[in-house]
Amino acid sequence: MTNRSLLLWAALAATALQSPPANAKEADQAAPGIERQSWSFGGFRGQYDKAQLQRGFQVYQQICASCHELKRLYFRNLVQQGGPEFPEEAVKTLAAEWPNKITDGPDDAGNMFERPALLSDPILGPFKNDKAARAAFGGALPPDLSLIAKARSVENHSGWAKHVLLDMPKDIVTGYQEGGVDYLYALLTGYSDKVPADLKLAEGMTYNTAFPGNQIAMPAPLGKESFVKYQDGSGSLEDNARDVAAFLAWAADPSLNSRKYIGWQVMVYLLVTTLLMYIGKKRIWSRIKH
Amino acid sequence: MGAHESSYQPQTRMAKWWDERLPVMRLMNAQFIDFPTPRNLNYLWTFGGILTFCLAAQLATGIVLAMHYQPSAAEAFNSVEHIRRDVNYGWMLRNWHAVGGSMFFLAVYIHIFRGLYYGSYKAPREVLWILGVFIFLAMMATAFMGYALPWGQMSFWAVTVITNLFSSLNEVIPGLGTAVVEWLWGGYSVSGATLNRFFSLHYLMPFVIVGLVVLHVWALHVTGQNNPTGLDIKTKSDSVPMYPYAVAKDAFGLFAFIILFAWFSFFLPDYLGHSDNYIEANPLLTPPHIVPEWYFLPYYAILRAIPSKLGGVVAMFSAVLILVFVPWLDTSRVRSAKYRPVYKWFFWLLVISCLALGYLGAKPPTEDYVFWARIFTLYYFAHFLIVMPIVGILETPKTLPRSITEAVLGKGGGAPAGAASLPEKR
Repeated sequence: MTNRSLLLWAALAATALQSPPANAKEADQAAPGIERQSWSFGGFRGQYDKAQLQRGFQVYQQICASCHELKRLYFRNLVQQGGPEFPEEAVKTLAAEWPNKITDGPDDAGNMFERPALLSDPILGPFKNDKAARAAFGGALPPDLSLIAKARSVENHSGWAKHVLLDMPKDIVTGYQEGGVDYLYALLTGYSDKVPADLKLAEGMTYNTAFPGNQIAMPAPLGKESFVKYQDGSGSLEDNARDVAAFLAWAADPSLNSRKYIGWQVMVYLLVTTLLMYIGKKRIWSRIKH
Repeated sequence: MGAHESSYQPQTRMAKWWDERLPVMRLMNAQFIDFPTPRNLNYLWTFGGILTFCLAAQLATGIVLAMHYQPSAAEAFNSVEHIRRDVNYGWMLRNWHAVGGSMFFLAVYIHIFRGLYYGSYKAPREVLWILGVFIFLAMMATAFMGYALPWGQMSFWAVTVITNLFSSLNEVIPGLGTAVVEWLWGGYSVSGATLNRFFSLHYLMPFVIVGLVVLHVWALHVTGQNNPTGLDIKTKSDSVPMYPYAVAKDAFGLFAFIILFAWFSFFLPDYLGHSDNYIEANPLLTPPHIVPEWYFLPYYAILRAIPSKLGGVVAMFSAVLILVFVPWLDTSRVRSAKYRPVYKWFFWLLVISCLALGYLGAKPPTEDYVFWARIFTLYYFAHFLIVMPIVGILETPKTLPRSITEAVLGKGGGAPAGAASLPEKR
């Protein structure tokens, strides 16, 4: 075989690769157009904004907590470094007044009893178990929100060339990991009355532009007029959505602040050491021709 | 180990005492200090050391993680969250271990393709190569079982899909597949019993890998390293002592690799994983797309490319096992593809096929994707079964340099033989 025929082969293979194999129909229905938001904790340098996490908790407490639990988080986490960092006394009071009590026991008489939550207790939702929650919501289960920001993501629906050659390297270099939070923001702001004519909503379902399939069992938790007002009187649907999404990002990844802080110390150490290794290698190999 | 004699001279009385009883220092000196390494090795040869680091890092982080992990269906997911949230620096260990698996495979794929390009499998390195394939297989088994341990949705369904593949053996002997699958599961479905045995084996397998690596390095030190020219070391000037030359280069390569490793561990710990694995395993709810970790995607694409279940399983395992026969499938007398003008192109076609299969493995099995997966699967096997034997016979290789020294210094520019053997005296 000659070199030329080989080149031809390679060229053929290359052109064949260029037509994205995805059919347009699939891309249309699956890409709900989830936009990337700018987050204080985004990218390789970002850190949580304490005030935002506090506002986000307020939204969780006043809106989400009426259905969703946060069972992998403990009240003590609300005090710890790198989170909302509420004052300890305030969180003790919050825990004691939390409407969903802790089942403890058995006591000396062998009976289970309920008691107010302590700092060391998980942040429970209103239901004793999943079955009770489903029974209350006609079969739909409001999921625990502790990991929701990590358990959701945004799929890339670009053709292979853009996906692999452009988007992936860019995300790796910029340290993009906020797909889950972007999705949560899009979901909370994605409720709309403008249901497409060809979409038949099932009973009890609500139209949402971000939710896969566009039908969601959760009715709009926030509205243009019904949103949580912050202590300074500000607030809007978008603000609420952004802040609670940030709070849930922290709930799913509470060590992010120290992770990135330590990460940079490690990177500086590695870069300097690698440079020294390179200089050492250069000097050693300069003794011989190579 | 190798035929190479040690120049080790015990300096102290203590060292002399040991040398007469257990000459470990003599062995280490011969094999890792003044061991002759080809002077023309490029950075692709640093991946052996990088892989050793990956194995050690996985062992170190894994052993500590196992102190906090609970291998039961009820507690596995919770205990991983406990590690992430409450164990001191648990998040770091867990990220390093999860990302470490990916980095291990990234390094091993570069290592394998380097071997394929420079003909490192050819005589007399067949045993060395085959041991490498066994290490790769053991790595795959370890990674697969390790991925089950967090007991998230993807863990559970990956185990379900892959263990179920063995039920295709029913097409060979009715009942055999079912028996094998139930034996793997330790029951009639994927359950806590499956998780528990996977944990046990996930802890065992790395030590099997350590044993295989010892044999791999032993075989390497018997034959000596291959190099970009594919020529053997003939004179002293063809080689440099491992210390400090190869060690200095390996150390730089390793640290450069660890930068990438740390980047993912600290800034992108979840980038290489799947978000569904942050949902606890639920046997009643199948995720919309079940996909393996990225390093298994090419094999997954091959599995789905074949229309029959048994055929797909056979093709998937053959894709790895075919590597065992590469030393005999390649008929070329020349080792390095650097001097093989025709084969070189086919090599890159193989690389493209593997990358394309990886991309396709992540996509849903729609008609178009499966069509392309079939094309690339076809080439993958054709490369080994047709291209390797035929091109090796038909191709006229380029003229080889007479020695490694000539390849490095050019014709006639060679230093006198032995010049490099005592370079530290300069």
